[in-house]
Amino acid sequence: MTANVADPLPRAAAPPVRRGGVPARPVVAVLAPVVAAAVALAVHFALPDGQLAPLSWLDSLPSWRHPYPVAVAAVAVGAILAAVGQAVLPSLRSAVRHAAPLVAGAVGLVIAWEVVTTKLNWLHQPFFPGPDEVFGAMVEDREILLESAWHSLWLLAAGYAVGVTAGLVTGVVVGWFPRVRYWAMPALKFVGPIPATALIPLVMTLWKDSFPCAVALIGFAVWFPMTILTSSGIANVRLAYLDVARTLGAGRFYLIFHVAIPAALPNIFIGLFMGLGASFLTLIVAETVGVQAGLGWYLRWQQGYMEYAKVYATLILSAVFFSTLMTVLFKVRDRVLKWQKGVIKW
Amino acid sequence: MNNPRAAEGAVLVARNVSKAFTAADGSTVVALERVSLEVAAGELVSLVGPSGCGKSTLLRLAAGLDHPTAGELTVGNEPIAGPSADRGLVFQDPTLFPWLTVRRNIEAGLAARGQLRRRRREVDEYLTLVGLDGFADAYPHQLSGGMAQRAALARALVNHPGVLLLDEPLGALDQFTRMRMQDELLRIWAARGTTMLLVTHDIDEALYLSDRIAVMSPRPGRIDRILDVALPRPRHRNDRRFLDLRSRLLEAFDLTCVEPAPASPPH
Repeated sequence: MTANVADPLPRAAAPPVRRGGVPARPVVAVLAPVVAAAVALAVHFALPDGQLAPLSWLDSLPSWRHPYPVAVAAVAVGAILAAVGQAVLPSLRSAVRHAAPLVAGAVGLVIAWEVVTTKLNWLHQPFFPGPDEVFGAMVEDREILLESAWHSLWLLAAGYAVGVTAGLVTGVVVGWFPRVRYWAMPALKFVGPIPATALIPLVMTLWKDSFPCAVALIGFAVWFPMTILTSSGIANVRLAYLDVARTLGAGRFYLIFHVAIPAALPNIFIGLFMGLGASFLTLIVAETVGVQAGLGWYLRWQQGYMEYAKVYATLILSAVFFSTLMTVLFKVRDRVLKWQKGVIKW
Repeated sequence: MNNPRAAEGAVLVARNVSKAFTAADGSTVVALERVSLEVAAGELVSLVGPSGCGKSTLLRLAAGLDHPTAGELTVGNEPIAGPSADRGLVFQDPTLFPWLTVRRNIEAGLAARGQLRRRRREVDEYLTLVGLDGFADAYPHQLSGGMAQRAALARALVNHPGVLLLDEPLGALDQFTRMRMQDELLRIWAARGTTMLLVTHDIDEALYLSDRIAVMSPRPGRIDRILDVALPRPRHRNDRRFLDLRSRLLEAFDLTCVEPAPASPPH
């Protein structure tokens, strides 16, 4: 009975890693970031500045110790190490060859940014500072930026946890019990689409403290997509799974928690992703109106002082922050849904 | 039966069972009308018939997933009130839980009934029984159709059901895999003595496997006649008596007369 066995284990052990668009000439690809970093340094030091930078803490440092050229030099050193590393260690090869052109491209964008601002002054101060100032601002305000990021993370985690938990509970109940579904769906369709931020005036009346208000807002923003996607996932579980489970002796607990919920997981993850996106938006807005801490609050504060270098610094940090959280959720998804055949890539 | 373990089967009885469904437009569709069938303990009975003759409906009633409109079904003299682990069900689609590995699928019945801790070690026996030892940790999407169906069979058997209800379990498999699986099914049946009720479209399969064949006809679904297959096992598909029974069965479906008269069958 093993003659017809198509051996699946090699597929399971070593999934083919498809990296689309990897350049055909690896040497050029691997050295590209080094070249790009050298060009960036040349542009930075050799070309005259066309923009007049405002006074800042950077003025007390020699120009080669500014954070921007130091960071570019670090990229160059890192790229050289990676190039050597991938030549020596074959295990690094595909990752380095995949990443190198992307790093070079990112450095290229920063070069373009410096050229149109600091060097040629096509975009003017104070709204368009160059990378030297923005990197400087990031280093100067590193403590308050990290503190803001930490505060944002804490608020986001609290709100997201509340929204996900509530959404899972209502989603499962609405999805599993047809009678609840009958009464709840119209209400959900009516209340759910309200943008959470529109509820700010209402929520502010519930608590004196701004933190629970923000948690409630983020929770609401996450709760709606979680509820809708969980309930549709539960309600659309293939009946055959439930039938088979019942003939195996499953009771209601097993049917809900071991059949319906796992079967609905792909949907639930779509809800988690939509909820995460909604939570970012709500977080930033909540922080700019009520909460006196966090990335959104800092952004608004620096905008008030026309400190655009710090605004950009905050935006860059926020991008890293949100993107990291999104990546973490994708990793969790890939792990939890590893039983699925084809999954969307991040 | 000539083996010591043939003690698991239970008697399955359907008495004057009718089942009607209400269609979307409010009209009533009679899927089964006054069907009576008695399957002895350890017997293998096939239900054959064209689409819409109520074979699958009868199986679902026996599984307890639906309730008859009239009449009653019993297993071992107990009326069937709902689904139970005593009556295993295997569909044409293996319906393995895709989020569980093969091992965890087979364990599902034990886990659902809180017996997993006590009986975990039996699961390996079942993996061996259906020839999936090397695939315990594979996910269903990594299995071929035949392997998935064997896993589904093991998942039903681990509960030691008195009756195994098979709804075209081999219908989606290619010819070669199907013939191998038929032998597999007979091997398990002989080893366990489980009562089996098999729905099939395949007349040869019914003849090869069954003790008796219930021939059904549609609109409304009912059992027209029951054919005894008094052939010793192992059976040979080209045996004269096998072919005689085959033509009798085809006659029962009026299928012999649609063949052009002068042409001889390609054997």
